[in-house]
Amino acid sequence: MALRSLRYAAVYEVDNKFRHMTADGQISADLAIAGGGLVGLSLGVALARAGLDVVVMDGEDPARMRDAAFDGRVCSIAYGSKRVLDGIGVWDLMAPEAEPILEIRVTDQNAPLFLHYDHREVGDHPLGWIVENRVTRIALLEAAAACPTLHHLAPVSVLDFTPEGERISAGLADGRRVSARLAVAADGRRSRLRQAAGINTLEWSYDQAGIVCTVRHERPHRGIAQERFLAAGPFAILPMTENRASIVWTEQTSDAAHLMAMADDAFLAELEARFGDYLGALEVAGPRFSYPLALTHSNRYAGERLALAGDAAHAIHPLAGQGFNLGVRDVAVLAELIVDRARLGLDIGAPDLLAHYERWRRFDTMSLIAVTDGLNRLFSNDIAPLRVARDLGLAAVNRTPRLKRLFMRHAMGSVGELPRLARGEPL
Amino acid sequence: MQQQDSATETRASIDDADVARFAALAEKWWQPGGPFQALHAINVPRLTFIRDHLCRLHGRDMRDVKPLKGLRLLDIGCGGGLIAEPLARLGAEVTAIDAGEDAIEAARLHCEKSELTIAYRQISAEQLALEEERFDCVLTLEVVEHVADLPSFLEASAELIRPGGTFFAATLNRTAASYLLGIVAAERILRWLPPGIHQWSKFVRPSELVAPLRRHGVAIQEISGISYDPLSRSWSLSKKLDVNYIAFGIKS
Repeated sequence: MALRSLRYAAVYEVDNKFRHMTADGQISADLAIAGGGLVGLSLGVALARAGLDVVVMDGEDPARMRDAAFDGRVCSIAYGSKRVLDGIGVWDLMAPEAEPILEIRVTDQNAPLFLHYDHREVGDHPLGWIVENRVTRIALLEAAAACPTLHHLAPVSVLDFTPEGERISAGLADGRRVSARLAVAADGRRSRLRQAAGINTLEWSYDQAGIVCTVRHERPHRGIAQERFLAAGPFAILPMTENRASIVWTEQTSDAAHLMAMADDAFLAELEARFGDYLGALEVAGPRFSYPLALTHSNRYAGERLALAGDAAHAIHPLAGQGFNLGVRDVAVLAELIVDRARLGLDIGAPDLLAHYERWRRFDTMSLIAVTDGLNRLFSNDIAPLRVARDLGLAAVNRTPRLKRLFMRHAMGSVGELPRLARGEPL
Repeated sequence: MQQQDSATETRASIDDADVARFAALAEKWWQPGGPFQALHAINVPRLTFIRDHLCRLHGRDMRDVKPLKGLRLLDIGCGGGLIAEPLARLGAEVTAIDAGEDAIEAARLHCEKSELTIAYRQISAEQLALEEERFDCVLTLEVVEHVADLPSFLEASAELIRPGGTFFAATLNRTAASYLLGIVAAERILRWLPPGIHQWSKFVRPSELVAPLRRHGVAIQEISGISYDPLSRSWSLSKKLDVNYIAFGIKS
């Protein structure tokens, strides 16, 4: 990591990179993205590689983001998302540290194996990959630094976005303004720009929390991911590099608080009781995190010369590991709609483009929200008839190859009307 | 870059009644959902056709965002600049002319807001042909159905192309279908166009372009239809030439 990070130095020489900066500090670009997280940077890289002038603004200092120690957070990257990251030149930078998921085993409480996904059933590629967020972030920063038309403006604070007819202008806390034809809010679940644009959200929370941590185990996991539906909620074991696994562990909110407060050895004992001993001795590596399980869904994905992407549009709970994948699909769709216009010299902030984006993305997101919400409600209980029914259901799915393949392809992000990047085609 | 021409110069092919109709609409060229919405809607297939032909001919990459860099284009009958602006954004050096003073004014105002450089002039094609400048490409989009003297207009347009340069024309065919769709449906039922903007008798058959242009050294290479798909509610290039079509030619 240390060697590689030397090459990012160029990213931070920000101010002299602008081709369109006027004397009064006004910066002009095609696209202004608020939020330099995984989604904002991916979109910036995709469009800068296509030749557009892009400004990515973030409150966090990229040097700190790059140097951050492993914080335990990982993303499950579906096959479709991998193709998108490949298409924007980022995947090769992260591939050495991506652990392939070769099998997924879904079990229910103490019952035997019910649903088994094997990557050989869908083709010659893994079902997905588990990658540390830190690795993805560094790969994106490196790809961004290689784009001469991407300007990474950080740390800055964006105060407002003001549509001004043909353009939209972002006001920064230091008094400068960034003017662009289209603005994208990729500033997270509590998006300030979404609120400023007057776009409301629908939110609902569960009385559950997701505990996330990393474990080191004695024996290799052989690329097998486990999803166990326990009475309190799902417990997932996701294979990471170097005999490690990421745990996403759902509990009632009060129980989660109790677990979070426990001493290390007591916490490990609780973890072992759920994990089992199939991989030998366990050891917790790194910190524990706890997130309330909640959904935030924006009523609209677009405003005047403004598009929402990633968690700013839809933040789903980590149950199905799909949060980042939804964001990557936003990136692939938005990038395609924008370049198709830009390559005809047309307005990339036009209302019909934004309406098309919203139509295209909402269907996909809504169906995924319905599935994850439904799964969580179905499995987070211990009512006997429901248990029997869902056991039968899972067993039936497992015996119906076509239905099972459809489920798998859904999880891999290859169902529905796919943008070019997700089909493995160039942007 | 911008030049002002006298409003009183010769206006050979210009139909004064048509110019007045457009002047009233000048403000509305760029208004979303306004009277020129139909022209904005057909911009995607028109620009696709133009860009693809120019890229193929000049060996440019269609995936580039400035594929027309350095090409000198003349947009005749530019209106509010609906085609001139995208072409300028694609890197072309665009001269755009129109007979209507209000349209040229609207175009100049909008061009400034778009931070583009386009040489707008209120002048006729015939008058411009008397000057020395010749262009790599001449475009007459949705214009030939509005001119008073088509032969004179086509001669001047052809004259303005440098040898080896290219020509594009888009218009409406004179068929039963174009009467029903171009006049009855578009103006009276769907209200996509202001009523009275088109006279069916002035619509132009492809053969009425091909033959006179050939006499002036321009060989039409390809003609493509531009058709509306009510399911996707969008316009695209098609094989049907009976209503809207666009032609591409090369001057010898």
